[in-house]
Amino acid sequence: MSASRLRWAIPAAVVPVLLLLAYGFRTDPREIPSPLLGRPATAFSLTTFSGTALSLESLRGKVVVLNFWASWCVPACYEEAPTLERTWRAYKDKGVMVVGINIQDKEEAAREFLRRFEHSFPNAPDPKGRVSVDYGVYGVPETFFIDRKGRVRFKHVGALTDDIARRELDALLKEPS
Amino acid sequence: MTRGWAGAAAAVVLAVGLGWAAAATVDEQTVHDVATQLRCVVCQSLSVADSPSETANQMRGVIRERLAAGDSPEQVRAYFVEKYGDWILLSPPKSGFTLLVWVVPFVALGIGLVLVAVVVRRWSRTPQTATPPHLDPAVRERIRREMSGMDKS
Repeated sequence: MSASRLRWAIPAAVVPVLLLLAYGFRTDPREIPSPLLGRPATAFSLTTFSGTALSLESLRGKVVVLNFWASWCVPACYEEAPTLERTWRAYKDKGVMVVGINIQDKEEAAREFLRRFEHSFPNAPDPKGRVSVDYGVYGVPETFFIDRKGRVRFKHVGALTDDIARRELDALLKEPS
Repeated sequence: MTRGWAGAAAAVVLAVGLGWAAAATVDEQTVHDVATQLRCVVCQSLSVADSPSETANQMRGVIRERLAAGDSPEQVRAYFVEKYGDWILLSPPKSGFTLLVWVVPFVALGIGLVLVAVVVRRWSRTPQTATPPHLDPAVRERIRREMSGMDKS
């Protein structure tokens, strides 16, 4: 008698746990939404590998593609390197700035990487990791798209592709400045 | 004159010494305390204090720098949450959705205890309410006879 009355207790205990697991195992633990989207991009001023000063403030009014990379990041950073250069060449006359930030790297290895891909857009090391933390960077590569008003609008984790770069830039360039 | 120079030199040494002391007032224990609450972003389930990675090392540097600039440990924590979201905290905040993580285990324990209490009470009551098994009158008579026989012997 008591057993039949308590029979509801087993599904009542098991079903919520199964639902929770079904939900949990379907989500990707690596996919964490950035709290920075829509917020003003944190200012930075760095010195590029070629020795010139580079600050976000000086790029106000342009759409900025901010790419965090490292020479040891194989293969994703190597896969996206040609895309970055192509994007820079295609969009530099349309009010777009591509900026590379090299994190947790050895200077010589980073310079070798830049030579290898003939990157012609500014690249700067972030030796103490300040900029990486300011942008909530988890790993490399990560790419942020900053609109003309200086707000972070999109974050891409992993190798950037031409399609994604084009889609985001075309959308941001359409916005009134 | 030489005494004047010596005095000036001593003053400079003192000033530099005091300046260094002021910069060094960031307590490494405080840096460590904040670091233990933050998740190392490149490792699985390690705190910034425990991880030997370069990223964690740089994050400890950021914590130290912010404390030195006069931020409270709470402000430093808030800075990391602002950049990475609640994910960066090893203990989920005791508010909003993540409050569930703190409350559900105790609620579940409570429900479990109530269930056990109910079941145990029922089990201990069962013998009194149970009806005696049905016996054939002939068998009953036989048992009665045999038991009275046992008394006599």
